[in-house]
Amino acid sequence: MPANRFNGFTDYGIGLGLRVPHYQHILEKKPTCDWFEIISENFMVDGGRPLHVLDQILEQYRVVQHGVSMYFGSADKPDRAHLKKLKALVKRTKTPWLSDHLCWGSVDGTYTHDLLPMPYTFSAARRTAEKIKQVRDYLEVPICVENVSSYAEFHVSEMTEWEFLAEVVERADCGILLDVNNIYVSAQNHSFDPYAYVNGVPLDRVAQIHVAGHTKFEKYILDTHDHPVLDPVWKLYAHAIRGAGVTATLLEWDDKIPSFDEVHAEALKANEFIAGARAARLPKSNAPARTSRRAVPTVGR
Amino acid sequence: MKAVGLKSPPRRAPKKLATDADLRALQRMMMHALVQPLTADDDLAPTWRDGRPMAEVAAEFIKPNERLTAFERLQIYSRSYWFRLIDCVYDDSPGLRALLGEERFGVLVRAYLAKYPSRSFTLRNLSGRLAQFIREEPRWTQPRTALAHAIARFEWAQTVAFDGEARPVLTPDDLGGTPPTKLRLALQPYISLIATEWPVDDYVLAVKQRDALRSEASNAVDRAPRVAANKKVPLPRRAKIYIVVHRYQHTLYYKRVEAPAFRMLEALAAGKSLAHGVAAAGPRVKAEQVRDWFATWMELGWFARR
Repeated sequence: MPANRFNGFTDYGIGLGLRVPHYQHILEKKPTCDWFEIISENFMVDGGRPLHVLDQILEQYRVVQHGVSMYFGSADKPDRAHLKKLKALVKRTKTPWLSDHLCWGSVDGTYTHDLLPMPYTFSAARRTAEKIKQVRDYLEVPICVENVSSYAEFHVSEMTEWEFLAEVVERADCGILLDVNNIYVSAQNHSFDPYAYVNGVPLDRVAQIHVAGHTKFEKYILDTHDHPVLDPVWKLYAHAIRGAGVTATLLEWDDKIPSFDEVHAEALKANEFIAGARAARLPKSNAPARTSRRAVPTVGR
Repeated sequence: MKAVGLKSPPRRAPKKLATDADLRALQRMMMHALVQPLTADDDLAPTWRDGRPMAEVAAEFIKPNERLTAFERLQIYSRSYWFRLIDCVYDDSPGLRALLGEERFGVLVRAYLAKYPSRSFTLRNLSGRLAQFIREEPRWTQPRTALAHAIARFEWAQTVAFDGEARPVLTPDDLGGTPPTKLRLALQPYISLIATEWPVDDYVLAVKQRDALRSEASNAVDRAPRVAANKKVPLPRRAKIYIVVHRYQHTLYYKRVEAPAFRMLEALAAGKSLAHGVAAAGPRVKAEQVRDWFATWMELGWFARR
């Protein structure tokens, strides 16, 4: 599903998270990169350098917005001031889709700035789906929800995480940003089969995939985004794109960030798996001669 | 210390989530556990607000697994919450950190966040009430509360100047034929006017330069930068100064102005007419001086249409 209604019928290739340590390199050298994902909140400001930098990036590159504070799963209603700022940014970036997490992180207007796990219940799924629809209607852009990594589960849960994800996205009729690293991390922390997770989600709704590195501790794994992607995550990625099709893929690297070239090289490792997935999915005869943007990355935009 | 804005959690965690109210109750329960200050060893607090063991409360709503208890699983989130927020205030406050030292600064920030958890979707606003908190609770910064307050105000003004709103800049044409008694100007929202008893601008700048040297020295071969990098920045000596924290072409600046100019800017920012602003500058100020100030401020784009 390279292009579908959940990613605005785009066919984006391998992208990178836009991070401050790389600004200068990107603006001066204009390196090849198929697209950048921005953290919406970093640019939901009223002026100054962040928006100045963003405008320069937008002149050269395709940008997709990824949020960290919409908290679709919070009991609170969407905050109007937040939505207003977000919509202004959506208009600025012309993002073809917008993603945020399937989680909660605030209640009664107090924010944790964390991605807290949901109780996997039908009532929570209904409430969350309703909120996603409200946000989509206001922003007028396709919405994708991302599965988070988690370290705790609630007694009240009535289903698995992937069943909950499926329940929410079907009810909201929205897309999925499938984070395969988060699946792997949560699978280790909660002792489930990560492949069962991937197989259990409606893959026709996957609009984007995240890959990232994590850190192993004695009793659990933490989603740290400060390492290269580990082999089991790449294998899960390969499995996901065999099912979902070759999908816009983004590497997240948020801490101990190395040079742009190093991060980009890590992201481009996805190409090995994409080639494998294409070969596995296409019939041997009459395979269409499809040229992907991924195979021929454009300079700048 | 009661956290501002938090609503009370239920006495017991809901056993089923049938309604939106149940979801809110569960989320309030977890929120209260997270925002409770960590112990001195950075562990989750051992006791819930009603005196019950936190382990018992955590087990009410969080499942254990074969490796971690419910308490330990909740603790992962609690630590993550506190470390993330402390880091954020730490980055916003190099001057305050240098003044208090790392340990006292850490105690101050934890007390601050315990009283004022984040009420904004963005971490950008997290330090916005720190100066207010320092004034409200001087015990964390004594005997240097007044200086700490001045530094906190100055450091927050930098956040505002960095990405605050810029309105369309007033041009000479906009002034038109409006007489000074009727002309009211607005200062750009990203500008802060700070009158203080200490040269906090010099102090914070010196701290930042030292910290930059420290960062360089970590890779340096010769010894000289290390010596400079480890030097304690001397505390500022009392001296009344007037600072305008602003930005120009997307770069942050602090501009000192004279007292009469500051009074004039304050009057204009308060919505007084230009004539009133000039009068506020004082009788000794010459018209030529006012013209020079005004020309500079216009050039820097400080004024917006009201």
